Amino acid sequence: MIELRGLTKSFGGRQVLDGVDLTIPEGQSLCVIGQSGTGKSVLLKCILGLERPDAGTVLWQGAPLDRARFMAGFGMLFQGAALFDSLSVWQNVAFRLRQRMDDRRARAVALDKLARVGLGPETAELMPAELSGGMAKRVGLARAIADDPRVIFFDEPTTGLDPIRARAIDALIRGIVTETGATAVTITHDMDSCRIIGDRVALLAGGRIAHDGPVATMGDAPALAGFLGRPAPEGAPDAG
Amino acid sequence: MRAIRAIGRPALRLTRTLGAVTLFALRGLGGIGRPAAIGRQIVQIGWLSLPVVGLTALFTGAALALQIHSGGERFQASDVVPAIVAIGMVRELGPVLGGLMVAARVASAIAAEIATMRVTEQIDALVTLSTDPVRWLVTPRLWAAILCLPVLVAVGDIIGIMGGWLVGTGSLGFTSATYIANSWAYLEPWDVTSGLLKGAVFGLIVALSGCWFGMRAGRGAAGVGRATTNAVVAAAVGILAANFVLTGLFFE
Repeated sequence: MIELRGLTKSFGGRQVLDGVDLTIPEGQSLCVIGQSGTGKSVLLKCILGLERPDAGTVLWQGAPLDRARFMAGFGMLFQGAALFDSLSVWQNVAFRLRQRMDDRRARAVALDKLARVGLGPETAELMPAELSGGMAKRVGLARAIADDPRVIFFDEPTTGLDPIRARAIDALIRGIVTETGATAVTITHDMDSCRIIGDRVALLAGGRIAHDGPVATMGDAPALAGFLGRPAPEGAPDAG
Repeated sequence: MRAIRAIGRPALRLTRTLGAVTLFALRGLGGIGRPAAIGRQIVQIGWLSLPVVGLTALFTGAALALQIHSGGERFQASDVVPAIVAIGMVRELGPVLGGLMVAARVASAIAAEIATMRVTEQIDALVTLSTDPVRWLVTPRLWAAILCLPVLVAVGDIIGIMGGWLVGTGSLGFTSATYIANSWAYLEPWDVTSGLLKGAVFGLIVALSGCWFGMRAGRGAAGVGRATTNAVVAAAVGILAANFVLTGLFFE
């Protein structure tokens, strides 16, 4: 379980996170939504330790997050895939595996993970510059799950993809999360993604969690109505 | 009071930056790194810089011979051309010009590559894959540059002296044997060694500038461009300043 307690972060006097409290139970798929510039990616980076919060704590399994231990147990899909330009596809996927196993075994695991995201062995030797946007996302996804992580983070997984490819990536993510039982945190502003990937949705607005509830009922949540561009349903209670 | 503040603020900022750069360098030099990565960087930094360093040294040695000959004629000292070319190349021009050429080629390339990795989140990806970006990216580049620059300087010295020899024997009336004998006659081992040591320091400055500005690049293409420019300027100024300090240390 990951718990965020009073997470605060500002940049140059601009308060981006203003006391974020959020609990992510084990095995749950949480989508964090919000408009551009509301601090979704900053929140993710604070959880990962890539940004240091000004105040607040991140707990993992009830204890302050031990970054080295935590890093070893999670996978991350970056918005632009963030594949290493100088490494081939299989070397990208097997990056962490190669730190503790020989290349032959690491390559075999990488090919298996590539197959899981729908890429054949012919892609293994390609360089990132030779991949389309959708393929790069798939390779990034294969890298994220290469070490069978307990927690997977997805930062805007469908940004820059056409709707068909976006839904294919969503389906892949949902399949992987269900199959592995991993805890998933997805940062997105794509509500269709949210419906497919998430069990639960949290809306980040004004530096705080403005709504937190199941995906199944998010259509009824007044706090989300504004975000979805629909009028708030009359008398509907906020699930958060 | 305002004047003190005006001096104190930039001085504090400079001290902080120098401290941060020193800590960054120590972190980068703290491990030997991956031999394969160092090998790749040696090819990039050393081997691929050979043509530009060689050509620079050749023309510099040749021009130096012409200058010394025409200047020396004023006081009947044109015989000293080989010795001054040799001493000038190995002590000063070989390391400095070699360092500056490598700074232009390598500091920019390192800064652009690392800055691009930063803006495309590849550095963050390294962290999330339990890999220290400094050890992974900076260490091999620092060690490769420190190892390569003395070799490039040595090659540049030889080619520079050859440039002087070509001009000396081709148009200044020296015989080949006289030119070579005069080149050796006044050259001392410390002249060569000091130049090679300068090369190692310049190598550190070049790679450190590229890595430092690359790792701190701002967002987007503009951030990459600024990092590249800053890296080259800092490396060039750093080399010239370090050359002054080292020359004072070595020869005063």
